[in-house]
Amino acid sequence: MSAVPKIRLRDVHKAFGEKRVLNGVTLDIPAGQSVVVIGGSGTGKSVLIKSILGILLADSGAIEIDGQNVTDIPAAQRGAVNKKFGMLFQGAALFDSLPVWENVAFGLIQGEHMDRTEARERAIKTLGRVGLAPEVGELSPAELSGGMQKRVGLARAIAGDPEIVFFDEPTTGLDPIMADVINDLIVACVKDKGITTVSITHDMQSARKIGDRIAMLYEGKLIWIGDAKDVDKAANPYVDQFVHGRAEGPIKMQVRK
Amino acid sequence: MLNFLTLIGRVVLGFVGHIGRLVIFAGTALSHCVRPPFYPRLIASQMVDIGYYSLPVVGLTAIFSGMVLALQSYTGFARFSAESAVANVVVLSMTRELGPVLAGLMVAGRIGASMAAEIGTMRVTEQIDALTTLSTNPFKYLVVPRLIAGLTMLPLLVLVADIIGVFGGFLVGVYKIGFNPGNYINSTVDFLEPLDVISGLVKAAVFGFLIALMGCYNGYYSKGGAQGVGAATTNAVVSASILILTFNYIITELFFAT
Repeated sequence: MSAVPKIRLRDVHKAFGEKRVLNGVTLDIPAGQSVVVIGGSGTGKSVLIKSILGILLADSGAIEIDGQNVTDIPAAQRGAVNKKFGMLFQGAALFDSLPVWENVAFGLIQGEHMDRTEARERAIKTLGRVGLAPEVGELSPAELSGGMQKRVGLARAIAGDPEIVFFDEPTTGLDPIMADVINDLIVACVKDKGITTVSITHDMQSARKIGDRIAMLYEGKLIWIGDAKDVDKAANPYVDQFVHGRAEGPIKMQVRK
Repeated sequence: MLNFLTLIGRVVLGFVGHIGRLVIFAGTALSHCVRPPFYPRLIASQMVDIGYYSLPVVGLTAIFSGMVLALQSYTGFARFSAESAVANVVVLSMTRELGPVLAGLMVAGRIGASMAAEIGTMRVTEQIDALTTLSTNPFKYLVVPRLIAGLTMLPLLVLVADIIGVFGGFLVGVYKIGFNPGNYINSTVDFLEPLDVISGLVKAAVFGFLIALMGCYNGYYSKGGAQGVGAATTNAVVSASILILTFNYIITELFFAT
């Protein structure tokens, strides 16, 4: 294992106005490891991922990729860093104006300037890796079911052979069987290939399956980090309440009466 | 009293912040217009959308404007025996004012709304974030092609609108009022100066830029789901229309003020 972590977060803070979302997040993710960040809605999981991706700018702290501080690098250099990334968005975020194959090949054509014919072949091959037939490539994203859109999103995320893949709620909105299919695809296409991954999810079954390590985010801080196999017997009462889905416990949901 | 002053302060600060954000957005977009990579395929597609597909609506607006202008001028000018000025009034009004302003307003409704809705939907469905993760600058990919297409296509549309509008005036002048066709054409051409047409085309270029800018800006910063996209669309059309009328006066002042 390399001494330099693939991703290193040091005391990362992010606030929106008065609302502090990330309040000193520190985390090292070695190359090849799959980390799942769990936490309730609105705890800042998406903000954490978007800060690493450079979509949001952290207020303070440092974010390093392969030892390079990328916290506030210029936009021109950001493109080169982002070539290392793949991302599966919660709603897949497919481009409606493009057919499926062009969605998958988008990063190859625009980012790597690959010839369209070659990129198309690669896209069809990648669609095959996520269990989709070549004919699906000709469809529009609007013609696909939620599960198929997630698969296309996964194909787009891995088409450029990224070093790090991010998953934002990969199984949200899917039925349990399709959710497990997506989990299996993530394991087969990403985790088993030794790609570093960062996932955020509420789905504990998914977290146990795709994660090597699990971290829990609460009130802007990582309050527990441990092996995925230990999460069910964690002594931390917050983790225990979340993992077992109990209404009673230290985490109080804000319900207006 | 204090609450009232706080409210005024908040509105003023919000307005100033809004203007500042718009200026930064426009500056960033313009800086990307001159730096590669460029997307010629997207620019061409936007040109077709703005130029070609707006032709029917702009053409219809222009022909009826020209026709009604001829009719109104004739009935008005007949009161002091100045009917012969109808052709001049039609051509000057169309080229200097009505062509660019009406085409601008029609395109603002058609294209400005569509740009805001499309980019706004991309924003709320995270497609713009997806562009960033795919090493593609959203400004270069979404904003620059629309700005270039707006800037270049609206003058062409206005040129066509001018011709169609003058033709509308000709139809009413000759077939309804009974002017001699040859005399009408001569009156149209004789008093027309290059500056009349050029000022209209300059206006059109500015209006095209403003329409695309407001459509992209409002869409880019939309938030809050379907309601946010709806608000962005309305704001894009309203703000572009107001800016068109404001800049119309400013450009007229620059060209024709003595």
